[in-house]
Amino acid sequence: MIDRIASLGRSGADVVISIGRAGRFLAGVLSGVPRPVTGFPLLMKQLYSVGVLSLAIIVVSGLFIGMVLGLQGYTILSDFGSEAAIGQMIALTLVRELGPVVTALLFAGRAGSALTAEIGLMKATEQLSSMEMMGVDPLRRVIAPRLWAGFIAMPILAIIFSMVGIWGGMLVGVEWLGVFEGSYWGNMQASVDFWDDVVNGIIKSVVFGFVCAWIAVYQGYDCVPTSAGISSATTKTVVYSSLAVLGLDFVLTAVMFGNF
Amino acid sequence: MIQRTTDITVGLFMLAGLAALLFLALQVSGLSPKSAKSTYTIYADFNDTGGITPRGRVSMAGVTVGSIDSITLNKETFQARVAMSIHGDVDNIPADSAAVIRTSGLLGEQYIDISIGGEMDSLQPGDTFYSTQSAMNIERLISNFASGK
Repeated sequence: MIDRIASLGRSGADVVISIGRAGRFLAGVLSGVPRPVTGFPLLMKQLYSVGVLSLAIIVVSGLFIGMVLGLQGYTILSDFGSEAAIGQMIALTLVRELGPVVTALLFAGRAGSALTAEIGLMKATEQLSSMEMMGVDPLRRVIAPRLWAGFIAMPILAIIFSMVGIWGGMLVGVEWLGVFEGSYWGNMQASVDFWDDVVNGIIKSVVFGFVCAWIAVYQGYDCVPTSAGISSATTKTVVYSSLAVLGLDFVLTAVMFGNF
Repeated sequence: MIQRTTDITVGLFMLAGLAALLFLALQVSGLSPKSAKSTYTIYADFNDTGGITPRGRVSMAGVTVGSIDSITLNKETFQARVAMSIHGDVDNIPADSAAVIRTSGLLGEQYIDISIGGEMDSLQPGDTFYSTQSAMNIERLISNFASGK
């Protein structure tokens, strides 16, 4: 009995310790400002692997989610004879919620896990410690560009996701099911506000990008340097990122849209 | 050479993001730079605002000419004071026009309709409508009918 209580306390303390370490790690990364000239090519390389290479999955998922929203929305709205409202339903759902959230979940699976595995393998093969031996700060050289790349790429991916989704919804709603195109865009423009809806969605995706990239690089940097350790760190990255994104999404939605 | 290719693809990626943002701003949210800057505010006092909300529609002859900014309670007269911003190019609303709260369809959203007066002078920025007509309340209508008034 005592043992159980003790182990409960230990696991609680472990959580607090790892959050504290993650915070200290973040402070360490952010305090070393990347040098503009030498840091720029590193950042570009990471933006390519984190952002450009995620584009395919983002575009395809966005298209399908928009098309499914179009179909489902049409089925429900046509019961009330208001299928012209399909444009505003698709646009608001995508811009406010699904764009940032689904992009973040896909981003955690596609880019976050890769970041963790890469950094974890660097640690296991002692590349990070040899960098330290050469007087190169691994936080600045390896971690910072990846963190910034995730931070920058995520909002762009979310915006592209929303755009492709709205276009996919139009394909189904207008081209296939025959909703009048003018009312599709007109209802959308009447109900979507640029600052209240679009910009708030972008703010959400900025927060998600930061959290996902932070969790991914921290899990890689902090993993047990064995093959089992890397695999569990990769799993943790995806699980923690998804949970953090969904939890933060509720908080952000309550703050942004919950002013009743 | 590899670095150059990376730079170009990342640049294209950034441009795609910018284009998508532009699409969301112009096509989806209907943000046009012209209507964003030139509006002026006029006021109306209502006994009952019914279901109108900020960001709601203000129309004239069915054409949207502005939006509702805020709805506050005037504590002296116990009326609702509605501020609405009207597009700058609609600057000749006759001074004796009335602001009427209407419902689109039987159960649709409520909006403010400006019914045109005949005076030569026009409402200036900051002016208040002289006459208003409050929201139609179906419950009150039914109870009036039932009690035979």
